Amino acid sequence: MEKKATRNAYGEALVKIGAANDKVVVLDADLANATMTLTFKKAYPERFFDCGIAEANMVDMAAGMSTMGLIPFCSTFAVFAGRSYDQIRNGVCYSRFNVKFGFSHAGVTVGEDGGSHQALEDLALMRVLPGMTVLVPSDANETIQCVEAAVKIEGPVYIRTCRLPTPVYDPQPFEVGKGVVLKDGKDAVLFTCGILKEQALLAADLLAAQGVDLAVINIHTIKPFDEALARTYAAKCKNVFTLEEHSVIGGLGDAVASAVIGHGVEKFHKIGVNDVFGQSGKALVLLEEYGFTGPQIAENIKSHL
Amino acid sequence: MEIQALEEKARLVRQDIIRMTSMAGSGHPGGSLSATDTLVALYFEIMNVDPADEKNPDRDRFVLSKGHAAPALYGTLCERGYFPREHMETFRQLHSILQGHPDVKKCPGVDASTGSLGQGISMAAGMALAAKHLGKKNHVYTMIGDGESQEGLVWEASMAAAHYKLDNLTVILDHNGLQIDGSNDEVMSLGDIKAKALAFGYDVIEVADGNDMRQVLDALRAPACPGKPRYIIMNTIKGKGVSYMENQVGWHGKAPDAELAARALKELEG
Repeated sequence: MEKKATRNAYGEALVKIGAANDKVVVLDADLANATMTLTFKKAYPERFFDCGIAEANMVDMAAGMSTMGLIPFCSTFAVFAGRSYDQIRNGVCYSRFNVKFGFSHAGVTVGEDGGSHQALEDLALMRVLPGMTVLVPSDANETIQCVEAAVKIEGPVYIRTCRLPTPVYDPQPFEVGKGVVLKDGKDAVLFTCGILKEQALLAADLLAAQGVDLAVINIHTIKPFDEALARTYAAKCKNVFTLEEHSVIGGLGDAVASAVIGHGVEKFHKIGVNDVFGQSGKALVLLEEYGFTGPQIAENIKSHL
Repeated sequence: MEIQALEEKARLVRQDIIRMTSMAGSGHPGGSLSATDTLVALYFEIMNVDPADEKNPDRDRFVLSKGHAAPALYGTLCERGYFPREHMETFRQLHSILQGHPDVKKCPGVDASTGSLGQGISMAAGMALAAKHLGKKNHVYTMIGDGESQEGLVWEASMAAAHYKLDNLTVILDHNGLQIDGSNDEVMSLGDIKAKALAFGYDVIEVADGNDMRQVLDALRAPACPGKPRYIIMNTIKGKGVSYMENQVGWHGKAPDAELAARALKELEG
């Protein structure tokens, strides 16, 4: 299966929407080579604005640009969502300005750069902001769908992408706020977001061999969250699991928990990073270290059934 | 508008500031009174704006980066006709269009929500950059505080303004020398602010008395320096126009009670 990082797809998607809409502009903070906005810069140099290593200013400049009718996409590493948080909150979201955030290098799969550069809290930070749409594409094709959707939303949108190349699946029908059932099942349900989709599906295969019928649901929209789908599967499967390359605090797991509480759940368990920071290592080694490989996920789920 | 007429408007806005903060029982009169003359000059004389067509995309923009001076902005916008006077008594109250700090979603004439210091100048730079990109003639004005200039973001924005040659941006420093905890020099010295602004690539004008309408107008009317953003140091007096507030740090964020308000309004009578 072809592999591609969602950050690369993000750069390509920007070119695509940039071709269709000349109001789209892209801002970066000296990371165009890494966030892959370089792809857009090459296609539309006059619509690319490097802000230097000054993320806070990038976000507020984008806020100002949006008031003049432009549609700015800001890009940097997801870990700098913290650094520019006041600007995202007060500069953009408080006014519901039409600014998009395509932040890359989320999660432990950043790899060797280590814990200082591995955002494990960005979804929590973004979810609590009123009016913010939070998207976590699970592969390259879904990244393009997320970017195309973001430009149609009037208001702030956060798109989380990753550095590690992961399998590119056939595109599924996409609607903001609607989960995607990747595999139906009746014994337990696993809600996953982002590039762990491959591992989630592998876990389902491994569990199937052991007689456990696991449903796998991809949540590309953390907010607004598909509460109806979550409740349907909670009622149907009773055993609910969540999987995210993010802290177990404040991300997908908590979104699912808030939705399904009181809806017939018997077992609930969040799989994520357990309230610690990341560390250096090869991306695949780190996946193993934090329990994110298919076999580990299968074992984890089995242990709770 | 004649100088005298502008001075009269400034006097009315100062009365508004006293009434609003006193009625609300909170707010920031000191830094509002220091900023008043510049705001009146901008909205009544300098900027291309029209309250009857307040969303016109070709209008000039103003961002009150020192958002706590909201009473001065609201007084100016009200006197300029952006909203009816009855709103003035709702300042800082539930459901008011006049929030404690300016809210672009709620108040007509407000171009950006501010209050978190350092952000307004950055947004203003973004507006100016967008205007240039779109080939438009809008001029963008922003007012920052001297205490606010301790925020790193002010300097990030300044660097970007020079880098992108934003000669359609005017940054106005309301330099009254005081902030919540004391004087700038006691809290965190600004050093040679003029040299800093010059070093960051601004075309700098210093106004000896930023509460003198003639001097304020002369500075705001000075032709732009091609390729450089403008930085105007308005040397002002915190609490200007109310004798017991002038140069008193205690009036940064405190409202006058009814008796003191009456005294202030008497002083501000024509």
